[in-house]
Amino acid sequence: MTALLFPFAAVGRTTLALLAEIGRVTLYAGRTLGHILRPPFYPSALVSQLIFIGWLSLPVVGLTALFTGGALALQIFAGGSRFNAEAVVPQIVAIGIVRELGPVLGGLMVAGRVSAAIAAEIGTMKVTEQIDALVTLSTNPMKYLTVPRVLAATISLPILVAVGDIIGIFGGYIVSTTQLGFNQAVYLDNTVDFLETWDVTSGLIKGAVFGFIVALMGCYHGMASGRGARGVGRATTNAVVSASILILAANYLLTGLFFSA
Amino acid sequence: MITLASVHKSFGPKRVLRGVDLTAQKGESVVIIGGSGTGKSVLLKCILGLIRPDDGVITVNGQDVTRADRDEFLARFGMLFQGGALFDSMTVWQNVAFRLLRGAQKRPKAEAREIAVEKLRRVGLTPDVADLYPSELSGGMQKRVGLARAIAATPEIIFFDEPTTGLDPIMSGVINELIREIVVEMGVTAMTITHDMSSVRAIADKVAMLHDGVIKWHGPVAEMDTAEDPYLRQFISGSAHGPIEAVR
Repeated sequence: MTALLFPFAAVGRTTLALLAEIGRVTLYAGRTLGHILRPPFYPSALVSQLIFIGWLSLPVVGLTALFTGGALALQIFAGGSRFNAEAVVPQIVAIGIVRELGPVLGGLMVAGRVSAAIAAEIGTMKVTEQIDALVTLSTNPMKYLTVPRVLAATISLPILVAVGDIIGIFGGYIVSTTQLGFNQAVYLDNTVDFLETWDVTSGLIKGAVFGFIVALMGCYHGMASGRGARGVGRATTNAVVSASILILAANYLLTGLFFSA
Repeated sequence: MITLASVHKSFGPKRVLRGVDLTAQKGESVVIIGGSGTGKSVLLKCILGLIRPDDGVITVNGQDVTRADRDEFLARFGMLFQGGALFDSMTVWQNVAFRLLRGAQKRPKAEAREIAVEKLRRVGLTPDVADLYPSELSGGMQKRVGLARAIAATPEIIFFDEPTTGLDPIMSGVINELIREIVVEMGVTAMTITHDMSSVRAIADKVAMLHDGVIKWHGPVAEMDTAEDPYLRQFISGSAHGPIEAVR
């Protein structure tokens, strides 16, 4: 009889562990937001994180957007040709990039690069007692480590998304005008005429939310890192996986919120 | 003065501290000895407020550590960590001057650097080390930098967590001498945890032996070698036979 209950017990344990983890992450997010508003502030730490998270992510986000825009143009052209709708390539590339692919792929690429780096850095600081050292030096690790990273990612991601949008549309433009026979001026006119301000703004809002998620997951898992190389490795993996899943889930919720009739 | 009264701390089912009573008078150097995993580091972290004890009272100069203003309280402390715990993204001088570059004790950058270089000189390091990163230093130099950081803001109390772990005997002797000199020179209250008996003899005014979650013996370092306590005797002699179980 007891053996029959094992699967149910395992499901129960997993559910409870998941709920406890959600609770811890929510509390951590709440504490982070609280510390953002209260001094002391560390502007130099914020600037160095803006450079690391924003500036140094530009090549990754730019290349991702460029190839995605090009591939999207090819796919829409091929799909549209089935019902004589090849002409919609500029419009669909533009809306696909600015509303969905720009923020989501940008967020995921930054999650891979930044969440992992943050979790590894903070996790290593934890296992080498650098976090304890910060406390003994009268410095709150939440304010000194978490807040600058979360703020920098929340500010940087919308800018990266905006740059990614431009490069992604440019990728579609290059492919469409060089391989698919589109007129350059007409392609640009169609793109500009079709896009509305809200299409772009909604993508930038998504970018800010994804940036918050990326840095929060990196910091949370770094701070919760176990001992040794295995603990830091696990924290890094958890940071990337949880950030990626949360980005996709948040994207669905935000899309529903912004665009459901 | 640091006073611990009946301090208890458990981690899950494991009872690490089972009622520790200990006092360190102002200006005194107390060394806590004991085997690995007996809770020495936990004890120091409880005093610093890094770990909250389950029960008991810890006071520093009569003030309950759990009720003190954190920044004001921690400003009195300096700590040398076992592995140095230097911030590897910062240069040596930025590590030493960490407290002087931010917060209540903030100074102009040039002045903070000058103080850092002076403290580095005090621990036997030349000014050219100031612009290196911790990863470019040997283990002994890292300990010295950690020591310089611990004394940079002129604390009233300094904690030393295994100050000679991982060092060769000569470098251990140098670090022990430095610690003793600095403690006497600054008149600070010092609390050190170690299993290195040469450190104990070089640094301590008083010795306390922690075993099984309680202080088994405490007294002046001069009385340590003649004490009858079987736990202390076994620990000093390093024998595998005695009341302390040795896993082979």
